Amino acid sequence: MDVDPLALVTAARLMVVAGKGGVGKTTVSAVVARAAADAGRRVLAVELEEKPALAGLLRGDPRIETLTLTPSEALEHYLNTHGLARISRRLMNTGVIDVVSTASPGIDDLLVLAQLKSLARERSDLDLIVVDGPAAGHAITLLQSPAGLAEAVTSGPVASQAREVLDMLHDPRRCQVVMVTTPDTTPVTELIETAFALEDRVGVQLGPIVVNGVDTFGALPDPAELAGRQPSGAEGRALSDAATSRRTRQHRQAVALRRLADELPLPLLALPWLPTAGITSADLPHLVSQLHAVTLPS
Amino acid sequence: MSTPTLDDLIETAGVIVCCGSGGVGKTTTAATLALAAALRGRRAVVVTIDPARRLAEALGASGGLTNDPRRLDLPLAAEGGELWALMLDARATFDDLVRTYAPTPERAAGILANSFYRNVSSAMSGTQEYMAGEKLYSLVHDDRFDLVIVDTPPTRRALDFFEAPGRLTRFLDHRVARIMLAPARTSLRVVNLAAQPLLRTLGRVVGASALADAMAFLQAFEGMERGFRDRAHAVGELLGAAETRYVLVASPRHDTIDEARFFADELRRRHRRVAAVVVNRIHPLYGPGSAANARHRAGQARDLGDADLARLWDNLAELRHVAEAERAQLTALHEAVGDAAWAEVPLLDDDMTDLGGLMAIMTPLFASTSAGR
Repeated sequence: MDVDPLALVTAARLMVVAGKGGVGKTTVSAVVARAAADAGRRVLAVELEEKPALAGLLRGDPRIETLTLTPSEALEHYLNTHGLARISRRLMNTGVIDVVSTASPGIDDLLVLAQLKSLARERSDLDLIVVDGPAAGHAITLLQSPAGLAEAVTSGPVASQAREVLDMLHDPRRCQVVMVTTPDTTPVTELIETAFALEDRVGVQLGPIVVNGVDTFGALPDPAELAGRQPSGAEGRALSDAATSRRTRQHRQAVALRRLADELPLPLLALPWLPTAGITSADLPHLVSQLHAVTLPS
Repeated sequence: MSTPTLDDLIETAGVIVCCGSGGVGKTTTAATLALAAALRGRRAVVVTIDPARRLAEALGASGGLTNDPRRLDLPLAAEGGELWALMLDARATFDDLVRTYAPTPERAAGILANSFYRNVSSAMSGTQEYMAGEKLYSLVHDDRFDLVIVDTPPTRRALDFFEAPGRLTRFLDHRVARIMLAPARTSLRVVNLAAQPLLRTLGRVVGASALADAMAFLQAFEGMERGFRDRAHAVGELLGAAETRYVLVASPRHDTIDEARFFADELRRRHRRVAAVVVNRIHPLYGPGSAANARHRAGQARDLGDADLARLWDNLAELRHVAEAERAQLTALHEAVGDAAWAEVPLLDDDMTDLGGLMAIMTPLFASTSAGR
């Protein structure tokens, strides 16, 4: 059966990318944004950190709009749209966000989600909003914030925001979470735990898992079987050491992919490992062309 | 002056702080440095932040780590050496602080039960960083240990760890906090609350009950303010003290290297320097030859019709290419850190699963010190 990776990642209008630090969330966000733009979709790529890594990767692609959304901007937006525009500047200048977010933890997270919700509603010209989510455990905290606040605050604007955001999170056509991992033991273990936590505690739709950095070099002959044809000395040793290490990596990755397939009932997509010291914007077109579905024999 | 080594560092330092962006192996590096120090006869304690379960197991703490130091068995006998580990629990650490500084146990109990306090201690941004510093401070003053190694929370803003101690005091100095405290002093609490437009607005944003909790907390906190301020100041001093040495952990990718350089610059701005750099998961060089050479040999093998041999050369060429690209990336970091000790840990076949795995990291960590320069 043919699986269209793009259809999977664009199944909901809002896609939140989550995963442990260093696994390539930003790379995956950029690849999805570009793949969708290539298919003629209108895409907004949002990042939640002040350091614009995603905009950097997407640099030079005029088709994709980018936006950095920080909690203080979300609060300002909230104040402006709730009849408090007149004093919002003064509030922001006094650094009131610290007090507000401490008084009601998760409110900064909620306001970020609420603004994403407004964007999704107001910007009907957009086909897809890709959100490069926060690292590791913070993704769970972020997505749990509306449920927590809906429980703690029962009336007023915060309560209604929380309820509206919850409606969005619970609607698989409006929102899904795409989790990213590398095919290594520890990140896979963490991803499986996060997947269950998101399902149990947030009830958000989980989209496909994107496994970043899959070795696509293909089978390598066992160097021992080539005895006599290999050079002797240092080059020969290097040749067989490199082959052994590659084969070990491929085996370890196969085991990790198998675990994902066995333990989670979610489609798997893969991006290849590139022989570079870190992905740059120049690598993006190639990565987009290589995003593929993984099917393992059951 | 000769280039310092990681051996010098773990033999002489009193405090080591491991910094770096998420996913670079910071926790593993912290644990390995502590193990190495213990094996050299030091009484080392490592503060980990949310270690993967496998790392906790690797440290031999299969029963799990808690907020209190737990002594671990060493894989080899070491005269006088001890290895201790704990996992930072920001909330429990904050609770301990409240108990220390509250004027009475009743006052402490009142604060611990306040819901605003529970938010501050578990959810306020920067609390984890602040409590890592606080834990560090209390361990430095614990006679059981002569070396404290602390892992720092994953953050893309490398400076949170430094900023955190000041954050609470700034919060207490905050105008809004002042206003919230004021009503209690005048016993016209309700009237003042309504009279303050700022508080009314806050109430509309966070809800009236959250605001009331916040005010109750700040009022309860008043008697302890001084103690907290002094302590936050002391933690800040410790982070800037000469005895505190910084180890920068990076992986050989341009994004984490940029982050590490940024951190090195920020340390310099604070008149501190990087004592050592640990680069994890670097591709080994695979012999003295170059990627270009291996590529050439692959072509030759293919011309001779030996496709299998050509594949092996292709593979060697690709891995050497990455190894070369990674080393080229590291040049900029070398320049940014001056004469800091330098260690590279090669990409291992898998994550460590036991102390033997940490030993496997330890060997290259100490063998390669300053040799890569």
